[in-house]
Amino acid sequence: MSEPEILLEVKNLKKHFPIYRGVFKRIVGYVKAVDGVSFTIRSGETVGLVGESGCGKTTVGRMVMGAYRPTSGEIWFKPPNGEPPVDLASVDSRRMKALRPHIQMVFQDPFASLNPRMTIREIIAEPLVVNKIARGKELERRVRESIEMVGLQTHHLSRYPHAFSGGQRQRISIARAMGLFPSLVVADEPTSALDVSVQAQIVNLALDIQSRFGLAYLFISHDLGLIRHFSSRVVVMYVGHVMEYAPAESLFKRPRHPYTEALLSNVPTTRPNLLGRKIILRGEPADPANPPPGCPFHTRCLYVQDICREVMPSLEEIEPEHKSACHFAGTLDLTGCDALGCVL
Amino acid sequence: MVPALVVEDLRVYFFLEQGVVRAVDGVTFSLAPGRTLGIVGESGSGKSVIGQSILRIVPPPGRIVGGKILLRVDDGDGSPQQIDVTKLHPNSRQARSIRGRQVAMIFQEPMNSFSPVHTVGSQIVEALMLHAQVRYDEARDRAVEMLRRVGIPQPEIRIDAYPHQLSGGMRQRAMIAMALVCNPKILIADEPTTALDVTIQAQILELLKSLQKEFGMAVLFISHNLGVIAEICHDVMVVYFGKVMETAPVETLFRNPIHPYTKALLKSVPGIDTPVRHHLATIEGTLPEPHANIAGCPFFGRCTVCTDGVVCSDEPYELAKVADDHFVACPQVCFIA
Repeated sequence: MSEPEILLEVKNLKKHFPIYRGVFKRIVGYVKAVDGVSFTIRSGETVGLVGESGCGKTTVGRMVMGAYRPTSGEIWFKPPNGEPPVDLASVDSRRMKALRPHIQMVFQDPFASLNPRMTIREIIAEPLVVNKIARGKELERRVRESIEMVGLQTHHLSRYPHAFSGGQRQRISIARAMGLFPSLVVADEPTSALDVSVQAQIVNLALDIQSRFGLAYLFISHDLGLIRHFSSRVVVMYVGHVMEYAPAESLFKRPRHPYTEALLSNVPTTRPNLLGRKIILRGEPADPANPPPGCPFHTRCLYVQDICREVMPSLEEIEPEHKSACHFAGTLDLTGCDALGCVL
Repeated sequence: MVPALVVEDLRVYFFLEQGVVRAVDGVTFSLAPGRTLGIVGESGSGKSVIGQSILRIVPPPGRIVGGKILLRVDDGDGSPQQIDVTKLHPNSRQARSIRGRQVAMIFQEPMNSFSPVHTVGSQIVEALMLHAQVRYDEARDRAVEMLRRVGIPQPEIRIDAYPHQLSGGMRQRAMIAMALVCNPKILIADEPTTALDVTIQAQILELLKSLQKEFGMAVLFISHNLGVIAEICHDVMVVYFGKVMETAPVETLFRNPIHPYTKALLKSVPGIDTPVRHHLATIEGTLPEPHANIAGCPFFGRCTVCTDGVVCSDEPYELAKVADDHFVACPQVCFIA
């Protein structure tokens, strides 16, 4: 079976935010939010991006969306109409505007991402109008189609966002994103604000939409359980760097990076008999404005050696498709999900 | 063991213009020293209001309309006595002396519970001077010691930091220090790790466990996260729409849940045995309308077990014993058993 074509290829992506000080707004340093991230997304697959707060996962999502311009690096996106891939990092704004309908976003907070003064009809129609895709009767037809696709009814269209619960609002956000039939949806923590039973509904909806329209997701989350359920491949980030990049199954079965191992062991489990296998990390994530020399994780790593404090390891392939940025990835015997018993 | 806290048939109603919201509607439990009771439920289940009513800080228009909250108070002079907290005026001297000294609380977002214009240290010192009647110097020494115990590095320097100068994890540690500095008998933890990353969450849970061992306090742990509840609690109480659905020791509840709501809740979290990229089990429908007064099972209508369910909607709510320490409020289960 031939693999589906590459939809998005991110190469050595960096985003450094300047820190200004003083009256003249002198630049005194940079927050290296994203510092050399590479991964690919194939058509119709889900890539999970996982990490703690401040690791740069949202910044990566925003750069893919075109909301931030990268400091350096490339984002090659293949438009669906058979044109050659375009580098979103260097493309001019007119060309970008034409590409925007193909990449859509669903945000974390369904209370902040819908305009309270617009009806649901206006909210879902807006991207279609702005991108001059539909108008008049055709517009109404597309709006109705979108709202039904996410499991709401057409009589909801004339209401305002405040009349809906968190889960329903997230459905509306999905309807808005899906109206343009994008080939890639960046979903930034789409279920973090929801209760578990509602979260399950949204997850099911997202899976249904994917199998129906064959779109790809860049799924950003801190929840390893959801990432495992959703993704075919996973990128683990820490302080702006990719620590591990691997197919989901192999990553959860046998992580090749100490940080992934610690993350897995820290997921709360509902099996009380398997407690006590936790790896409690000391300290907190490094400051991206002032990262330590060498591997950014060395300050908390259990297996730290002298070389880790000096040399930043590169992302190497340990086994086919499984990459890890650790000097000892090949020799360490790390514990995976099965042994940890984490109910992910 | 004599329980530190006994709650009997607690009812807290919110009197709104649109009607009465029964946020807590007949909740009964007891809490022994050195034990942790978890209250788990979704948003709107009333789990936070239970914690607030023990401290008598239920925001208006909420009112305790019935039930008892019996707190065992040991003043050090003679035999301990039981105080019914619901009988106290929220602003009375006695109610204020209970807060902080007998019962302390930690919240989800520590930034909201610290004053942003006072240093962390001065807020801990204030609590100590108020409740333990010690002089400033001694209070400050004890505050530093407490900050050290909760794992804040360089406590003699950090004590003069403002809350915004600390990271989320450190703030939560500082808040735990403030809560425990007067050595309370009961700690109410309302979603204390929800705003934290998993690695920091693991640190805080570990800290709470070791502090409980050290101080022997009873902990009421409120959370929506089943995994966190499983890790830290001895007993678990599942609440839905202001009512207790099931209560059991932690292992029983997770291995052998009986109530359909508990089962549905456990299934909706993706687990190691859920096949990946398949549909998750959902709970269809939504919570009942908040002003509803439901005599029977509030889960009726969303429940998959009772489909014809005339029994469930009409049968009065009752928490029935199915085994030692295991109580379930499901008419179906009670009839089968």
